[in-house]
Amino acid sequence: MPLLAIHDLEVDFRLNDRWVRVVDGVSLEIATGETLCLVGESGCGKSVTALSIGRLLPEPPARYSAGRIEVEGRDVLKMDGKGLRSVRGGVVSYIFQEPGAALNPVHRVGAQIREVLKIHRPEKATDAEILRLLTEVGIPDPAERIRCYPHELSGGMQQRVMIAMAIATEPKLLIADEPTTALDVTIQAQILDLLLDLKHRLGMAMLLITHNLGLVGGLADRVAVMYAGQIVETAPAHALLRHPRHPYTRALIQSVPELGHPRERLLAIPGTVPTPGDWPEGCRFAPRCPKVRESCHRAAPLLDRLPDGRQVRCPFPNP
Amino acid sequence: MPLLELDQVQVRFPLVGGGWGRPARQVHAVEDVSFNVEAGEAVGLVGESGCGKTTLGRAVLRLVEPTAGRVRFDGEDITALSRSELRKRRRQFQMVFQDPFSSLNPRLTVGQSLSEPLEIHGLAPTAAARNTRINALLEAVGLHPDHAGRYPHEFSGGQRQRIGIARALAVEPRLLVCDEPVSALDVSVQAQVVNLLQDLQRKRGLALLFISHDLAVVEHLCKRVVVLYLGRVVEIGPTPAVCRDPAHPYTQALLSAVPTMDAESGRRRIILRGDVPSPVDPPAGCAFHQRCPLAEARCRVERPALRELKPGHWTACHLAS
Repeated sequence: MPLLAIHDLEVDFRLNDRWVRVVDGVSLEIATGETLCLVGESGCGKSVTALSIGRLLPEPPARYSAGRIEVEGRDVLKMDGKGLRSVRGGVVSYIFQEPGAALNPVHRVGAQIREVLKIHRPEKATDAEILRLLTEVGIPDPAERIRCYPHELSGGMQQRVMIAMAIATEPKLLIADEPTTALDVTIQAQILDLLLDLKHRLGMAMLLITHNLGLVGGLADRVAVMYAGQIVETAPAHALLRHPRHPYTRALIQSVPELGHPRERLLAIPGTVPTPGDWPEGCRFAPRCPKVRESCHRAAPLLDRLPDGRQVRCPFPNP
Repeated sequence: MPLLELDQVQVRFPLVGGGWGRPARQVHAVEDVSFNVEAGEAVGLVGESGCGKTTLGRAVLRLVEPTAGRVRFDGEDITALSRSELRKRRRQFQMVFQDPFSSLNPRLTVGQSLSEPLEIHGLAPTAAARNTRINALLEAVGLHPDHAGRYPHEFSGGQRQRIGIARALAVEPRLLVCDEPVSALDVSVQAQVVNLLQDLQRKRGLALLFISHDLAVVEHLCKRVVVLYLGRVVEIGPTPAVCRDPAHPYTQALLSAVPTMDAESGRRRIILRGDVPSPVDPPAGCAFHQRCPLAEARCRVERPALRELKPGHWTACHLAS
């Protein structure tokens, strides 16, 4: 049994008296200790998928219209409040993009970590454990930092505190939603290094949500690429970066300049990302696809499993 | 003669406080920055948040006033100009802002937004002439002339950034200061705007001062690069030389931290300790010494001056060779 198994998840949002689909039939699995990267641009549904796992979306405006989200075999979408509380923190922990917004500004960081411990591991709600956690995430002078308010810490330190809170519950799955997007490059490298280290030492599984394909290579075992509410490709990380099969993945990789490999010209993807509610008929990438054929505009392609185990939502994948 | 010449530019901002006989404290945003931009040249200005790159970009256009130093445009000292004289010169240098959502007036149509600079600078006296110019501008940035009648909210982020660029181009400037022009855009759309800027620079001979935290984009677009740390230039040189063979330990760490898609690049990652120090109390000696893996005793007391290592490649480090 996988740690997490999402089956055909559909999520809608209420917008001006109509329901707009945001996640459209997403299925994915994460095994114990595995790291999966969910990659996509804004509005593709990657964050909504991630928030659904802990059922953190407010209902309404959100609505789970179909699918199952099984955490250790139990469907999160059928749980009551008590069941959800055992999943949140107990099995699944989150860290978010803006640590400054996710921490409570009026409580000291030590008190915020203690609160988490009191709920999930009350016997460990001690100063010693808080210090151990702060040390674990690489915060210098933890004995002093324990009394700091979030605003007294830099963005990188705040994100470390968030990570300390997330691992305080000893989760089996850490969901990190753009954990380094708000940080500078050198601080981003520190945080990625820390996540990689924790993953190996604690044996956690990780779901990393990002728009940056550059983060994939160093961290992920597998990658799922999303576009317009659907998964368009899944593959082992290195295989995906080296041989993208879906035209969107390929275009995304080629549109980003890579340090040390200057090219004469970037391959721009024409047009813009379609917004939920305005997804095209047929293949949703067809209007922007360099390899588009007549039939692409009519028939919506399915996510095919290829002989090598990879999945591609394109009838004419790259070889 | 260079098109743009920065000569020991300094920008400090006073902090609220002080008084009672204590001197008011200052943010040392930009300290002693000197470099040139030649006509038609693309120069990158890179650094992390708080390093002063945006302030420096604004100081070039006198959108913030430098507290010391000179900015010369085409040989003329623009820091000494009066407001009305400056306004006339501003035709020569324009800015493209980071956020295409807040930098356009939501109540003006695109046509009205583009018409405004033409009227102010008296570039197209009749309405018919202005319309011709506006259509040409929209086409130059890859939009349709029909778009002139629409409002900013009807466009996507990438299209709005094109409008921002068209507006800057309206007065036919010779220098474009671009402050993180693609950072707010979706990944798949960034390349469109980068390619547009590249075309404008090459085909129109426009000089670019391209401010960015994204070293890969700078490497792609710019011939030379200036690296800032805590308001000071730490390295300056031809982009290929700086990216392949960085001389300053900070540049080395910055380059090594950029995430890569190439798993077998064999790059050694340098993980810096700690955070960027506060620009209110910049450290003595080399501003980077607290985080530098190579720092020695003299780095803590003696501020390194820029030295030329190879022709055109300068760095401010005691230890670089």
